[in-house]
Amino acid sequence: MNTKLKAKLAKYLIAIGDDELVLAHRDSEWCGHAPILEEDIAFANISLDEIGHARLWYEIAAELLGEDKATYPDQLAFFRSASQFHSIQMNSLPNGDWAFTMLRQFLFDSAEVPRLEGLVESSHKPLAEAAVKIRNEEIYHLRHTSAWVKRLGLGTEESNRRMQVALDELWSYAQQLFLPIDGEVDLVAAGLVPDSAEIKSAWLESVVPSLEQADLIIPDEGPPPRDRSVQTQHLAHLITEMQSVARLEPQGRW
Amino acid sequence: MRVIAITAEDIWTALEDVMDPEIPVVSLVELGVVRDVQVDGYKVTVHMTPTFSGCPALEVMGGDVVERIRQLGTEDVTVEWIYDPPWSSNWIKPAARDRMKTIGLAPPAIHNGDFQIVLLEPVECPHCTSMNTSLKNSFGTTPCRMIYVCVDCREPFEQFKPL
Ligand SMILES: [Zn+2]
Repeated sequence: MNTKLKAKLAKYLIAIGDDELVLAHRDSEWCGHAPILEEDIAFANISLDEIGHARLWYEIAAELLGEDKATYPDQLAFFRSASQFHSIQMNSLPNGDWAFTMLRQFLFDSAEVPRLEGLVESSHKPLAEAAVKIRNEEIYHLRHTSAWVKRLGLGTEESNRRMQVALDELWSYAQQLFLPIDGEVDLVAAGLVPDSAEIKSAWLESVVPSLEQADLIIPDEGPPPRDRSVQTQHLAHLITEMQSVARLEPQGRW
Repeated sequence: MRVIAITAEDIWTALEDVMDPEIPVVSLVELGVVRDVQVDGYKVTVHMTPTFSGCPALEVMGGDVVERIRQLGTEDVTVEWIYDPPWSSNWIKPAARDRMKTIGLAPPAIHNGDFQIVLLEPVECPHCTSMNTSLKNSFGTTPCRMIYVCVDCREPFEQFKPL
């Protein structure tokens, strides 16, 4: 792989790592606040998993960029400003109610599966190996969130109403998951990453029937998604909080 | 210079003492997270693989392994985390599975490579051996555990997740 392609792949991995890290932070906010103890535990665990996945992507990016694999992930997580993150906007939105949180996790995890299926075939071996590992773990997430989507969609009038409100807000945000990441064309051509359009069609094939079975109406896609360089105002708050401890003691060992 | 004669075999034996930080009756070797030991003169490299990649105990595990090997008389010990092949719960040794039950942890069912199939099978209660149990939560106190409850003895228990 030439240096230019390595840099593009690193950028791609940092973007999908940012998606994981930002969502992990939102998930961790439920710790101590979830509606029932089991879900408190579940979301803390999902958060840990997503942090682990972000670290794996950042480590592979570090190797591609010739950075130190041991320290670069922390540099990316704790010492960049919000404007340097390339996460999708959806993951930075405040948690809202339980329906919103669950549906966002479901929509995101459902897109992770086809992305990982594609990355398993990547011509970059470390990337393919990490994708196998992450894919197996994600099966547990999707099992959990899809059960909840059904439970809330088919639960009571109130839970169905809240799910529909959440879906109406999240659906257009979710489309940003399938906007090609900078440099993606070359990465796809080199067999390094899957085509975003293919991820989207696989995603639609899995989420649309699940949502309809949960008695939810699929909204319009809305305006075309924003580029990943454009962030919500919420991200800056999230990043400030997430980084506050690390920045108190930049040389600290944890 | 002191010449040390450590063999890979010595290291494997020593690592049998290093227990999983969260399952104190099972060693990291029995769990299958220690994959390979390479000795080059006084330099030791251990390849380890995580059970779950977000496991917060990974650093402790790596540190405990380094610490134990240093006790054999070498300072130059490195742990490298590898991901291929991905860790499988099938690798947990039979004796370790039995010991898990003694601390109320149900061992993961053996699967044929696709662990999703065994998720549908009944899980035995480690307290009373009843098969009449039900899943309460796919997530437990650590990323590698699920929570069940036994319908017969009414005790909750955790199962190590099949992977
Ligand atoms: Zn029982």
